[in-house]
Amino acid sequence: MADVITYREAVAEGIAREMRRDASVVCLGEDIAAAGGVFKTTTGLLEEFGPGRVWDTPISEQAIVGAAMGAAMTGMRPVAEIMFSDFLACCWDYLANEIPKVRYMTGGQVTVPLVVRTANGGGLGFGAQHSQATENWALTVPGLKIAAPATPADVIGMLAAAIRSADPVVFFEHKGLLATKGPPPPPGHVVELGRAAVVREGTDVTLVALASTVPLAQEAAGVLAGEGVEAEVVDLRCLVPLDAATVLASLGKTSRLVTVEENPYQGGWGATVVSVVADEGFALLDAPVRRVAGECVPLPFADALEEQVIPTVDKVVTEVRRLAAY
Amino acid sequence: MDATALLDRYERMNVIRRTEKAAHDLFLRGLVKGTTHLAAGQEAIAVGASAALRPDDYVFATYRGHHHALARGATPEECLAELMSRATGLCKAKGGSMHLTKAATGMLGSYAIVGSHLPMAVGAAWSARLRGTEQLAVAFFGDGATNIGAFHESLNLAAVWKLPVLFVCENNLYMEYTPIADVTAVPRPAADRAPAHGIPGEVVDGNDVVAVEEAVGRLARRARAGDGPAVLEAETYRHFGHSRADPAAYRPAEEVERWLKHDPLDLARGRLAELGVDEETLAGADERARAVVERAVEAAKAAPPPDPREALTDVWADGGAAWRT
Repeated sequence: MADVITYREAVAEGIAREMRRDASVVCLGEDIAAAGGVFKTTTGLLEEFGPGRVWDTPISEQAIVGAAMGAAMTGMRPVAEIMFSDFLACCWDYLANEIPKVRYMTGGQVTVPLVVRTANGGGLGFGAQHSQATENWALTVPGLKIAAPATPADVIGMLAAAIRSADPVVFFEHKGLLATKGPPPPPGHVVELGRAAVVREGTDVTLVALASTVPLAQEAAGVLAGEGVEAEVVDLRCLVPLDAATVLASLGKTSRLVTVEENPYQGGWGATVVSVVADEGFALLDAPVRRVAGECVPLPFADALEEQVIPTVDKVVTEVRRLAAY
Repeated sequence: MDATALLDRYERMNVIRRTEKAAHDLFLRGLVKGTTHLAAGQEAIAVGASAALRPDDYVFATYRGHHHALARGATPEECLAELMSRATGLCKAKGGSMHLTKAATGMLGSYAIVGSHLPMAVGAAWSARLRGTEQLAVAFFGDGATNIGAFHESLNLAAVWKLPVLFVCENNLYMEYTPIADVTAVPRPAADRAPAHGIPGEVVDGNDVVAVEEAVGRLARRARAGDGPAVLEAETYRHFGHSRADPAAYRPAEEVERWLKHDPLDLARGRLAELGVDEETLAGADERARAVVERAVEAAKAAPPPDPREALTDVWADGGAAWRT
């Protein structure tokens, strides 16, 4: 394997590793087989595993996710792709009413071991209906696990955990990270769902980030270090299970919290993190919490407008400076 | 169908009819909460189809699904205990009337979002194909579901992938309170749509258990042989309203009367008489069904309520509900 792998290549590699070890893993989605995915995140799967395990579907999001559910209930481990996370709304019944509820409402009679992969987030200029960060939609639904990796190694390790999970997992692949590179993980690499990573240690403020906002928070931490402020960066990796313990432990060191989230401020995941901190970590805080989140508008098209709406390094640095001065 | 087989189907329908009547009575006595969507009048579809299926086939049903749970292995006691919020209920009192499920015998659930389970049945059929098992999946749904997007997505995908799945529409003429004919441009809401998706659509008398069993058996053999999915539209009529709150006053009296004269149990009794089965034998079947349901009601009434701790179990496969560290 090469010395570096892109996030994009890591998706196909992560799926392929699981398909090699488990014959019950099958893929379905629009343009995923012959075309290798519109983001080229499934390149090579059809060639290696054949049409019996990699299935092109019509543009039928309900049929894709509903069929994945039926297959998961009957012995398979399907990996369904919803091309853009905005399109989750087209099959939201399955993610809100069917998949997360069926185990509970049958008294534990069935399990639904499936993964719904989807390309999430802005930064590529696709406009309001192909750019939204929708991880907070899934967070409103008890019964879904939610993964959103930030690095190629985590893509592979978290895909392994997600595909092996006996529970349904919504797997958000960030479009803005697809071209980023990192070291490929060794064979057998698994990142347990619900384990956050402290990706930069610091003592003055905790930046809690996810997916695209992880490198953004790291860059902001670099700028702040030049000003004498040492930021700790926590990559949540998953929203469910939420690793609140790692966030609280970090606040034990820093006493200051900033969440950095691409989804809108209204209903964004940072609100849940902050709520847990307010409940259980209030005594740890020396300052108000801040949320650098998406503005509460649809995502605009032009770069000059989009950067007004989603988090930027400057916005994070500005908020941390305000907190440091508190 | 010989007399022995038909007598078996008759007794099964009789148990369902009496269970539905018991559910109705228990509701009126305040022992069943929420709502119920009773399938009295539609028993022949569940019993006929079930008799034509293999034990390892998959069935998906709707919120009007008591008859399918009973036809696929659930006992009246388990079903009534579920409706009465008892610990011994089919779903541990976590599902209720609209979600009866018996996964161990292939009854993979009752779903209360109209049409949502059709893609699941497609997926179960796809899974059967992938595992090489020759199992079949059947989705039962009402006429109202044929105007839902998931219906059309499912028919198309099942046809394109040539999957072993049957789509059985229980056309009881009303989508909730509105005549299906008022909101659908074709006379046969399911069967008329099938050819547009490249699959055969048939219509059957859904109150004739013999006709249903024959049609499902034939379409099942075809699907199992690799010839793809089919739509079967079973014409039927519900004896009660849409749900507990509905007296069904919108149905013309002469229509109700006509359909009540075309009752699935009466039809079967008539056929049995023609086959030489005497009144005493029929009365014996009636008595066995009555006794089974009566015992079920008493057992369900005597069962304990669920342990309150059950509220926080069964979200995840490990049995728990933890969402954070």
